[in-house]
Amino acid sequence: MAKLIELKGITKSYDGEVILNSINLYIRDGEFITLLGPSGCGKTTTLRIIGGFETADEGELYFDGTEISDVPPHKRQVNTVFQKYALFPHLNVYENIAFPLRMKKISEEDIKKRVTEMLKMVALVGFENKSVSTLSGGQQQRVAIARALVSHPKVLLLDEPLGALDLKLRKDMQNELKTIQKAIGITFIYVTHDQEEALSMSDTIVVMADGEIQQIGTPTDIYNEPKNAFVADFIGESNIVDGIMLEDKKVRMSGHTFDCLDGGYDKNEPVDVVVRPEDVDVVKPENGMLTGIVSSVTFKGVHYEIIVDIKGFKWMIQSTDYVAPDEKIGLFIEPDAIHVMKKSKYSGKFGDYSSFSDELDTLSDADTAEEF
Amino acid sequence: MKKYASRIYLCLIFAILYIPLVTVILFSFNATESTAEFSGFSLYWYSELFKSEEAWIALRNTLILAVSASLIATVIGTAAAEGIYKMRSKICKTAITSVTNIPMMNPDIVTGMSMMLFFAAVMSIFKIADYNKIGFVAMLISHTTFCLPYVILSVLPRINELGNSLSDAALDLGCTPLQAFFKVKLPNIMPGVVSGMVMAFTMSLDDFVISYFVGPTNFQTLPLLIYSMTKKTVKPDMYALSTIIIISVFVLLIISNMKSTKRLSANQKKKGAKTK
Repeated sequence: MAKLIELKGITKSYDGEVILNSINLYIRDGEFITLLGPSGCGKTTTLRIIGGFETADEGELYFDGTEISDVPPHKRQVNTVFQKYALFPHLNVYENIAFPLRMKKISEEDIKKRVTEMLKMVALVGFENKSVSTLSGGQQQRVAIARALVSHPKVLLLDEPLGALDLKLRKDMQNELKTIQKAIGITFIYVTHDQEEALSMSDTIVVMADGEIQQIGTPTDIYNEPKNAFVADFIGESNIVDGIMLEDKKVRMSGHTFDCLDGGYDKNEPVDVVVRPEDVDVVKPENGMLTGIVSSVTFKGVHYEIIVDIKGFKWMIQSTDYVAPDEKIGLFIEPDAIHVMKKSKYSGKFGDYSSFSDELDTLSDADTAEEF
Repeated sequence: MKKYASRIYLCLIFAILYIPLVTVILFSFNATESTAEFSGFSLYWYSELFKSEEAWIALRNTLILAVSASLIATVIGTAAAEGIYKMRSKICKTAITSVTNIPMMNPDIVTGMSMMLFFAAVMSIFKIADYNKIGFVAMLISHTTFCLPYVILSVLPRINELGNSLSDAALDLGCTPLQAFFKVKLPNIMPGVVSGMVMAFTMSLDDFVISYFVGPTNFQTLPLLIYSMTKKTVKPDMYALSTIIIISVFVLLIISNMKSTKRLSANQKKKGAKTK
């Protein structure tokens, strides 16, 4: 898979505020890549620079080996599915999809053929003459996708396209998008703040924060081997504990020395240790590597979410077995459940559940949905 | 009691507003020249009016001027609104918007006088002796100038509301910036453009003060004609003319109001569907 798009040292600031700080990234032909990050991390700006709606202050942007920073959007072989779809309200469904073809002065016959093809792909046959404003959110989304794909672009940019849909529809559309991408085999660059969406759809995930790339990798890499506390916290739930790397494969945290699989650190180097809530086993206090007092239990359907106080640090544990609040329990952690990370500027900011609340979580989700 | 009081008050207001107009309309159908008593229904004054060549020419002039001034103002105003929207600096934006509003806020008499001075200066610079030669152009420029703010005022909110996303999408799908404007933006701000044009048209139609200062002797508009006739004795044929103007303005108002209520209810329907 050849490099199709390459960003070299892309920097952008608005009114003196740095939005993107020297982004280096390449995107291969035919891959589904996701830019993932919280509100204001610069992911949408990156997408808009690739689309041609913004120009970087510094850096180079290559498409198929050619510098395209100065090429206007209408001459780029990329099309975008916008956050709020941006369908043309004065045109019906058919004319919306036919729009890019009309711009290319393609014969009426071919237009008809290709639009019908697209309508079939997004399952909207029979909607040709409907006004776009009468469609539901999911249908508008499909029209936007069809319109962006009808002129056979080499890359499709998707800017939080599922943000406005309800959960059930979002899941369906995730599958559908992935199927479409596989069927036509072009590159999809997808922007989202939803980590689950990113994990389930992408070939490659680019985690961004504060205008910088934190980590690039496959979904399993990102989940299992997060590079720093930010990534570990942003992708899924994690307990991030201060630890000391005694020697290779031995890490000490919370007063206990654990066996682990990581190595290559200095002797006694301070590190961040990540343990995923689902990887912790609840055992009797006498059998546990660590012991703590249960401070709260929430029923989540598939499992219980248990917050345990271990020497003042609150751990989150997901277990299918019920434990009572204020009970003393032991924790057992397998060596392969422990992931060691170097200290970073995000150390100590994430991964403690002492102020944890579900409501706060949904609130911050709503915030990120507002991002432009 | 309170209810009756408010009704009486409302009737009083309407009476004060409309009795003079009704009187004019009534007496335009009077059989005699008297303005004191109504001596029978007749269309005599209307036939008199249509016999007068002067009135016909004035009507034609007024329409030519109003149509061309409102068209030019619409084109320039829409372009200006788009330009103001695209401005990056907020200070510039506010400054330009305030400056474009000046012809609207300024008393007509001041605008008229300054226009007259301006054209006098133009005449002396280009050594034009006969004002009638540039009279029509001067009128057109003046009318376009004072119509312009109304167009901008009605188009700019539309453009602001529309935002950038549709033009971005058009650019993305292969439009040049110019095509994006004409194929996507313009159709979507059309209601604002049309209502701006209607407003400009009516402003130009009933302008007297500025035309009085700028108007040449060979290009008389209806308001100027009526004014010149009132200097002599007012004959009921002027009532007939006023009646025609009142009724046409009334019809124009009803049409544009009907359009905007339609649009309003359509918007509400759309919003209702979204919340479902």
